[in-house]
Amino acid sequence: MTEIQEDIGTEPSIGRHSVGRRRFLGYLIGGTTVVAAAELGLLSGQAAAKIPSAPQVFDAYDLSDLLTHAAQPTSSLITVTINEDGTASFALPRAEVGQGITTAAAMIIAEELDLPLKKIDVTLAPARPELIWNQITGGSNTIHAMYTPIRVAAAVAKKTLLEAAAAQLGGVVDELETRDGVITDALGNSLTYGELTAQAASPDTKAVEVGLKDEATFTLLGKPTNRIDALDAVTGKKVYTTDLDVKGALPTMVCRAPTLNGKPTKVLNAAEVKAMPGVTHVAMVPTGVAVRARTFGQCIDGVRALRVDWEDGPVVGESDQDILSGVKAAELPMPALPNTPLAKTIAYDFTFWFRSNSPMDTNSAIADVRSDRAEIWSGLKNPIVTQQQIALELGLTPDKVKVNVMQAGGSFGRRLFFDGAMEAAQVSKAMGVPVKLMWHRSDDARVGRAHPLATSRVRAMHAAGEVLAFQQSHTAVEMDLRHGFGEIVTALAADLPAGLGNLGYAQTIFALTTGIPYDFGVLLQTLNETDTRFNTGAMRNVYSPDVRTANELVVDQLAKAMRKDPLAFRLEFCRNERVRGVLKKAREVAQWGKPMPAGTAQGIAVHTEYKGASACVVEIDCRPETVGRRVRDAVTGPRVMKATMVTDVGQVINPRGVEAQMQGAINDGIAMTLTSSLHLVDGHFEEASWDNYFYTRQWNTPPEIEVVIMDSAEPPGGVGEAGVAPTAAAVACAYARATGKVPTEFPINHRDPLAFEPKPRTPPIPPSPTDGLRWTY
Amino acid sequence: MPEQTFILNGEPVTVDVEDDVRLLWVLRDILGVKGPKYGCGINVCKACTSHINGKAFNPCAVPVGKLDAKDEITTIEGLPGEVPESKRGEHGLHPMQESWLDKDVAQCGYCQPGQIMAAVALVKKVRAEGRTITDADLDGIRNICRCGTYTRIREAIREGEQRM
Ligand code: FES
Ligand code: FES
Repeated sequence: MTEIQEDIGTEPSIGRHSVGRRRFLGYLIGGTTVVAAAELGLLSGQAAAKIPSAPQVFDAYDLSDLLTHAAQPTSSLITVTINEDGTASFALPRAEVGQGITTAAAMIIAEELDLPLKKIDVTLAPARPELIWNQITGGSNTIHAMYTPIRVAAAVAKKTLLEAAAAQLGGVVDELETRDGVITDALGNSLTYGELTAQAASPDTKAVEVGLKDEATFTLLGKPTNRIDALDAVTGKKVYTTDLDVKGALPTMVCRAPTLNGKPTKVLNAAEVKAMPGVTHVAMVPTGVAVRARTFGQCIDGVRALRVDWEDGPVVGESDQDILSGVKAAELPMPALPNTPLAKTIAYDFTFWFRSNSPMDTNSAIADVRSDRAEIWSGLKNPIVTQQQIALELGLTPDKVKVNVMQAGGSFGRRLFFDGAMEAAQVSKAMGVPVKLMWHRSDDARVGRAHPLATSRVRAMHAAGEVLAFQQSHTAVEMDLRHGFGEIVTALAADLPAGLGNLGYAQTIFALTTGIPYDFGVLLQTLNETDTRFNTGAMRNVYSPDVRTANELVVDQLAKAMRKDPLAFRLEFCRNERVRGVLKKAREVAQWGKPMPAGTAQGIAVHTEYKGASACVVEIDCRPETVGRRVRDAVTGPRVMKATMVTDVGQVINPRGVEAQMQGAINDGIAMTLTSSLHLVDGHFEEASWDNYFYTRQWNTPPEIEVVIMDSAEPPGGVGEAGVAPTAAAVACAYARATGKVPTEFPINHRDPLAFEPKPRTPPIPPSPTDGLRWTY
Repeated sequence: MPEQTFILNGEPVTVDVEDDVRLLWVLRDILGVKGPKYGCGINVCKACTSHINGKAFNPCAVPVGKLDAKDEITTIEGLPGEVPESKRGEHGLHPMQESWLDKDVAQCGYCQPGQIMAAVALVKKVRAEGRTITDADLDGIRNICRCGTYTRIREAIREGEQRM
């Protein structure tokens, strides 16, 4: 259930969102219909100038600001077009991977233009190099960065249409009313946007000054709204990359090495495999040996039949424990804190194992590479870097490589990379024909991107009811941020708040996403990275779920040492009004402190990031009858029976979308803490199936979830990732309270005996079963 | 090449393809029916769930040669045809699809055709046992949703059960 709460009194705003009376400059683009435009960077650059000398950079300037700010100097135009059939179209320079941004963008346009939502057509823009860093979808920043520019473009369109209507109807603009795409004058004469668009068009591009609609008169923004792509999704019509038919692009799969990132050196039976039914081509590429066939089923058979000599991958022979030892060896010394009867220091060392960010829709891409040009289709969050890198690989200039952005079946960090698109381009080039490349599930889990293994050491010193120092030192396998965040940081180095510009990419992202929202005296958070041999990436947050889990567990221990209730303790030490607001609301809605049976407990955690704050309360059941539930080929274990998420994400565009994102984030957080990890054994990951990698399933999901969205006057913040860290942390805290043992490794079941029989590494993908008719129901 | 004949979404179809190609690829790669999705190819994720003679099954695990000319295969595209027109909702869809819209279940949407096909079969199975859906029935659904839409799936199934 979603509930909209009263304003809870937030921190003084920095004024960027009070756009009501302000005037903005947009453009009417020369042409034959109304094409209205605005600069993407319109949000203005005040954030950097207003950094107070806070103890943590994070307090005033976070990843959202960085991405928004990065967009400005290089920003270009986004456009809203009024079509002759009365619809408006907008090409969103972002990726839709399930987070609902196309729906939110359509709602913003519908609101400003007074058009029904169903008349707005939002598509995904192909790579537009001129947008540079405006075309990266990451850090949950889309709506934060695009809200005002989209409104301005829509307002320019509306103003232009109104002026044309006034001329035609013989009145003045002020006497006209707009409603559902129809402009009506005082006498009741009316014209539709569709009828006006040709006439309203201007032959030349000109600047147009507009005011924006008064937010108090909004009828759509802020109302729970269903997704614009829902009908396509439930009828099977939504088109993902592998659903697209491109002439000649036949199914293609790759045979990979038995060790992580091993490389092929020789194919021993190419001719034999090429003669198999349906198979058209076999070709070696840097990552393996590709098979192209009439059907994917025949690709699977071909991949399984291949005999290949391999060069071992870089982690051959190594296992989890070896990688952990390496990370531990890279840990930097922490300043010693005293531990005396008066000043006590609480110390915990936590380990976070590798996790897979594989979505349902595996890495896939269509590539048609010719000698002088190439075209790519793929679900991409960073199409410009993809275009540049593929052009480089193919020896073409970027303008000869067209990169089309497809809808993707999930991302969770994965689609910031373009592993599938690059591989498809290499295969198409090697074979000389178009290919539709799809990764097998087992490859997507084993070889796809993983969230890096990390340790987090926390030291907290307290005396006389005060926390005097809180130190956290995070050490991790290197997070691959070479997909664009890095370049953003480089480009902005001179502009960043003091100190940030000197940090490496990873440290910057760390500093911007992992703030501690408590008054804990001397705060120190550091990040050190080591080991670059893995395919890593973010997983619905870069560092925060791990960092927050580690520090919220220690917060509970501080509360315990001071004999205080965990929630009351957090409120007492909280130094952020928005966090305080969500904490208080969570206390009430989740009935914090209610009696719970032995073996069960509540847990609370908060997180602030993406221009917002969230508090999560979970109720966990660790009783033997629950932990011991048996489900075939599954992990059961402790179950979160109820989760309450109170979130303040600033101004809410679509509460129904926010609720959905929070529900999903809760399931992610639960998996991170309780069930899901990759096991590196002898040079490769063991998990090759959804029945090996234990993401939350129906038997793990909380039977009850409640999401409360705070009413807020702050600008729209990020939603997609905001709920993951507080859930992961709250589940860990609840587990500690229910069992009396503070967990120090995540997920908690990582060292249990494997709950599945690992699939063979040669051939690298499992056979297709033949007994499907035995399982009908 | 052998000829394969079966009934697809109410129409007989004949395809030239080897017996051992799994039905999922016959549907997707040869017949162009893209509603059933690939998520694993080994009968685990359930993204490809469709119906055979009214029961849920996973075409990634069935060689097309095992089908009989009289076998009726229904994919998400043909699901509305499983109920009489009078049972279809405002979008002309199967009551379960209408509930899915009502609850705005889909996020990325990739798993959802399979989820809906599984839900319909579950309601029918439970009904045949003379009972209604329980929490335990919902807990037992194996379809994965990596976007974590489980809560709304559960709500939609309960609503769909009422409408069916
Ligand atoms: S693709 Fe058929 S069950 Fe996963
Ligand atoms: S909606 Fe994305 S996997 Fe289910």
